[in-house]
Amino acid sequence: MKLTLRVWRQRAADTEGAMSTYEVDDISPDMSFLEMLDTLNEDLILRGEDPVAFDHDCREGICGACSLVINGDAHGPERTTTCQLHMRSFADGDTIDVEPWRASAFPVIKDLVVDRSAFDRIIQAGGYITAPTGSAPEAHATAVPKPDADFAFEHAECIGCGACVAACPNGAAMLFTSAKVNHLNVLPQGAPERETRVLDMVARMDEEGFGGCTLAGECATACPKGIPLVSITNMNKEWLRATRKAGKR
Amino acid sequence: MARTVWDSSVGKKTVMAVSGLIMLAYLVVHMLGNLKIFFGSAEFNGYAHWLRTLGEPFLHHEWALWIVRVVLVAAVVAHATAAYQLSRRDIRARPTKYVHTRRRASYATRTMRWGGVILGLFIVWHILDLTTGTVHPNGFQSGHPYQNVIDTFSTWYGNVIYLVAMLALGLHIRHGFWSAAQTLGAGSRTRDRALKAIANVLALVLTLGFVSVPVAVMTGVVS
Repeated sequence: MKLTLRVWRQRAADTEGAMSTYEVDDISPDMSFLEMLDTLNEDLILRGEDPVAFDHDCREGICGACSLVINGDAHGPERTTTCQLHMRSFADGDTIDVEPWRASAFPVIKDLVVDRSAFDRIIQAGGYITAPTGSAPEAHATAVPKPDADFAFEHAECIGCGACVAACPNGAAMLFTSAKVNHLNVLPQGAPERETRVLDMVARMDEEGFGGCTLAGECATACPKGIPLVSITNMNKEWLRATRKAGKR
Repeated sequence: MARTVWDSSVGKKTVMAVSGLIMLAYLVVHMLGNLKIFFGSAEFNGYAHWLRTLGEPFLHHEWALWIVRVVLVAAVVAHATAAYQLSRRDIRARPTKYVHTRRRASYATRTMRWGGVILGLFIVWHILDLTTGTVHPNGFQSGHPYQNVIDTFSTWYGNVIYLVAMLALGLHIRHGFWSAAQTLGAGSRTRDRALKAIANVLALVLTLGFVSVPVAVMTGVVS
């Protein structure tokens, strides 16, 4: 395959960026999108140019490191991560636009790499449980009803890639935060911090400069792990419950 | 607690949801009252007069009406202030647009902000036209709403402003009602279809109900 790439190039966080056009040839339809970018970078290095910086790690769709807005879609046209997107999803001769996640809470570091540490700080605000460490507890010690376990697991699938923020017209982190809140709030292990978790994580999310939810639904469409939009509804419910309880104290 | 609610983006959305639902409930009653115009001037004017005597003798003359007005003004102000502040936050959170843009959210979702501004301006005109009579064409007669309504809808601009605002209202309710349910945590997978259906029915019924009045005046059914 022969492709034309229009890639966002930005030398550093404080410099202006622009879209640069590159031609890539001999692309196999079986390559992943990241392997296609590797091919481009090898070519750029041979020509003595600066290779395109992009985030990647496991390349198995489970770590959440890769990003990229491809032709206006977070993680590209398939519902998966960029590393699991294959070139067969494109046609020979296509022009592909590659941009970084866009949100003021995710500043660009270089080219296609953005700083997603705002997510880490939301997790630090409440995305944990207080439990004694040591050997693993007896599996039957704490019973979890099957529907709750399924609900928790569905939300635990969030890999924190930030596609929800990238897709959201308001740059909101509601889907990410709701996935983390719902995952722990439904489990008995998460019960002691049920109220403080949702209040603190939502407050942190606001402090980080993410936008608010207008229920456009773009986040749930972009999420490679299929976190549903109703997660946000559920977090709103948890937030209102926690606010009522905090008001009584 | 009030501070925590207002300071949080989720809390502000709650304020918008509650104030929106208050206005929506009022609009249902308002629309049903408007339909009395089809039963002639005596019944329509009588209904308008009854609104002023509502709650008597427990309440003083027009007090019920004033209580409703105060609640509605509070709801409009809270709704608009929260919307303005949330919109500012949203725009700040996404300062750089994508080069390759795609529009996927529904028309109703995308027009919430401008639709809201249109509705806000409409409310001001509507009150100056048919409550205070300040901008009313052809001499406003207090206590004769039937004639006043016909005067307004006998002008081309009266009809245009009203029809545009009612279309904006329908779109606003279509996304707004369902969103309010999500914000208040009332949505769920099983209830989603029902909530969307209720939103669509409310939007359609209110728009058609309100629009029927100027259409009736224009076509001469009401004169």
